[in-house]
Amino acid sequence: MNKKYNTSGRLTSIKNQQKISLKDIPVLEYEVFYQEVVQILEDVNNHCLSYYAFPFDNKLKFICAISADEEKEILLLSHELEKPDLPLKSIAGQHLAMHIFEREIHENHGVPFEGHPWLKPVRYAFNRKDRKKMINNYPFYKIGGNELHEVGVGPIHAGVIEPGHFRFLCNGETVLHLEIQLGWQHRGVEALFLEKKKLLQRNLLAESIAGDTAIGHNLAFCQLAEALGDITVDKNLEIERVIALELERMAIHTGDLSAFCTDVAYQLGSAVFGALRTPLINFTQAWSGNRFGKGLIRVGGTNYPLTQELQQKLKGILNDFEKKFTEIAERTFNLPSVLKRFESIGAVSTRQVSLLGGVGMVAKMAGLKRDSRYGQPFGAYRDLKHEPVLLGSGDVYARGMVRKLEVEQSLVIIRNLMEKLNARVAPTQPVPAANLKWAGESIAVSVTEGWRGEVCHIAVTDKQGEISHYKVKDPSMHNWKSLELSLRDLEISDFPINNKSYDLSYCGHDL
Amino acid sequence: MRARPIKYKVMIIEDVKIVINQGKQFIPDVTKAVVPAPFRGRPEIDPDLTVDVDALVNCCPVDAISANPISIDMGKCAFCGECALAFPDKIKFTNDHKIASNDRSKLIVKESDVHPITMNPDLIREEIRSFYGGSLKLRQISAAGDNSAELELGACGNVNFDMGRYGIEFVASPRHADGIVITGPISENMAEAVQICHEAVPQPRIVVLVGVDAISGGIFSGSKALDRSFIDKSFIDLYVPGNPPHPLTFINGILDLTRRKKNQ
Repeated sequence: MNKKYNTSGRLTSIKNQQKISLKDIPVLEYEVFYQEVVQILEDVNNHCLSYYAFPFDNKLKFICAISADEEKEILLLSHELEKPDLPLKSIAGQHLAMHIFEREIHENHGVPFEGHPWLKPVRYAFNRKDRKKMINNYPFYKIGGNELHEVGVGPIHAGVIEPGHFRFLCNGETVLHLEIQLGWQHRGVEALFLEKKKLLQRNLLAESIAGDTAIGHNLAFCQLAEALGDITVDKNLEIERVIALELERMAIHTGDLSAFCTDVAYQLGSAVFGALRTPLINFTQAWSGNRFGKGLIRVGGTNYPLTQELQQKLKGILNDFEKKFTEIAERTFNLPSVLKRFESIGAVSTRQVSLLGGVGMVAKMAGLKRDSRYGQPFGAYRDLKHEPVLLGSGDVYARGMVRKLEVEQSLVIIRNLMEKLNARVAPTQPVPAANLKWAGESIAVSVTEGWRGEVCHIAVTDKQGEISHYKVKDPSMHNWKSLELSLRDLEISDFPINNKSYDLSYCGHDL
Repeated sequence: MRARPIKYKVMIIEDVKIVINQGKQFIPDVTKAVVPAPFRGRPEIDPDLTVDVDALVNCCPVDAISANPISIDMGKCAFCGECALAFPDKIKFTNDHKIASNDRSKLIVKESDVHPITMNPDLIREEIRSFYGGSLKLRQISAAGDNSAELELGACGNVNFDMGRYGIEFVASPRHADGIVITGPISENMAEAVQICHEAVPQPRIVVLVGVDAISGGIFSGSKALDRSFIDKSFIDLYVPGNPPHPLTFINGILDLTRRKKNQ
């Protein structure tokens, strides 16, 4: 139990990957709930993992999960509404970071939030409250006058990337304001988690929330299922999962650095970083049969153990990778023509990112210590005492440097963990779906650190132990607003490098 | 002023060192490249072994397996390989990555089918090969794709696969394109954009579906957030199965569609 916060009896605190009975979360009056959340979020070490509402016993039940990084605890608070059309005082009015969650609740359930700065639709979900609101009629922010012009880009972009609409308000070449409208990728993921009842279907869904974070999201789902089903996994499996997650991080970061170089016309870096990603994902394929690790993570075990032979292969690949990566990274981050396009471009301050509730890479590049490997350690990270890489300049350079340093950090983590793998332990098979019994009327929270940042899955079960509500949060939910701020006072031609340097997920946001 | 040229020289040497250390990265002939096991490519079903057919059909999370005769539809298959894990003697996934076809029915692998997946020449319009046999520009549309197929399409142009050597490229504008390449199950929110983009491509234009989500909806099949009417009313020139498809599957599929083999 959390000493600092549980004295009030207004909240329950649990650990990452822990389940509790839904009844154990005190239901507060909204005024009390509001005061409590506002007060907890005053501390910069605390941030909101997820805040959402769902129909429950003819009422609307609100759950707020807050990560207390110092204490390594998850604080759970709740309140209920009988009439969802009565206005509530907006927490975003006090803590802007909550804006996206209140917008989502407003869009899905129609709850009006008084004092919210910007109560706009989030993703035009198919089950939104007001079906009359259409995606091609989004209420963009406008500035009057004859001297300004608007530039609209998307939903389909020039490159091979996901769709989103970007609306620039420009004064000549200078961007005064950028607004990003998402929702094009909405597939109804959360509803499908209830409709698709087979365990394997849910694994596939989790792998497809964001296919570039297949391991991060599927691991979050599996750890959630394990928490609800009281399944403990052995140390070896925990280690293998972390190796898979770190390999995913390394591969995407390396690919991203290639794209950084492409966008500043540094051809050698573009080609070399691009080629360096290949052996990493080819190893993931040699391990699991899929370059993105789809199929690798399963509940309670794995079908693809990291054998001695694979470990030897991985060691060789990492050694070769390290040499080539160091060489090109040193070159890139010391090349004046590259630095000119990286440094002080698209800078956001620590305070801005903190206000917006940035997580993962976006937090770290601005000097904010948010990394669930540190704040909510899970699996093999519990023994690792992970210290996140921190930068402070908040510009394209910092976003590139975070990736370089994290790749180097991942190399160390993977090598350390491979030493700890016990060859004598037989690999565990996944738990057959028929043997999986989930606790009834419970709630469990599972947090993992994907390469973008904090992935959070929350499930609520009914009396029969069947999932009655499923909530997914991709780190991009928190971080899109930061990209908008980065563009202010830049030339519009700086947009591509900024967008790439964030590399946020469209489908993870749109669900 | 003297220092600058010297530094410049040193920098060039560093670049050359990097290039030398990289060595040759490209795959010399992508039509002959082999993807090593345990890559899950074209499945094979043993006709002689009797299994619990209901259990086999039910173990598939995406309803890709049918009974009488037992068959796997690669247009629906998510290549998770779980059927082969549950019935290892009945089903095997080979490492054959050349599984793209222009004929939807050729994606269905039946018992005792052990032959490679091929094109149906009758379905290839004559102008496709005469117009696009030497150069093909494509406009990619991610329509609720999960970004894995998109990343693999991006990888097709990297130094390893180098699809550009065949004159095949992704371009920014549909006006410059000869066809569209769709990934993702097509959300309701993207349906109109897909339609508009397709109409902006000059005739003759091809439509390529990449990945299980695009071909059949995949794990999103049945979601109320989708609008797949574009697929239902369009002529599809090429289906590229996979979750996501391997870059070699895509490149070989496009080459087989647009180029005449020397012996034909």
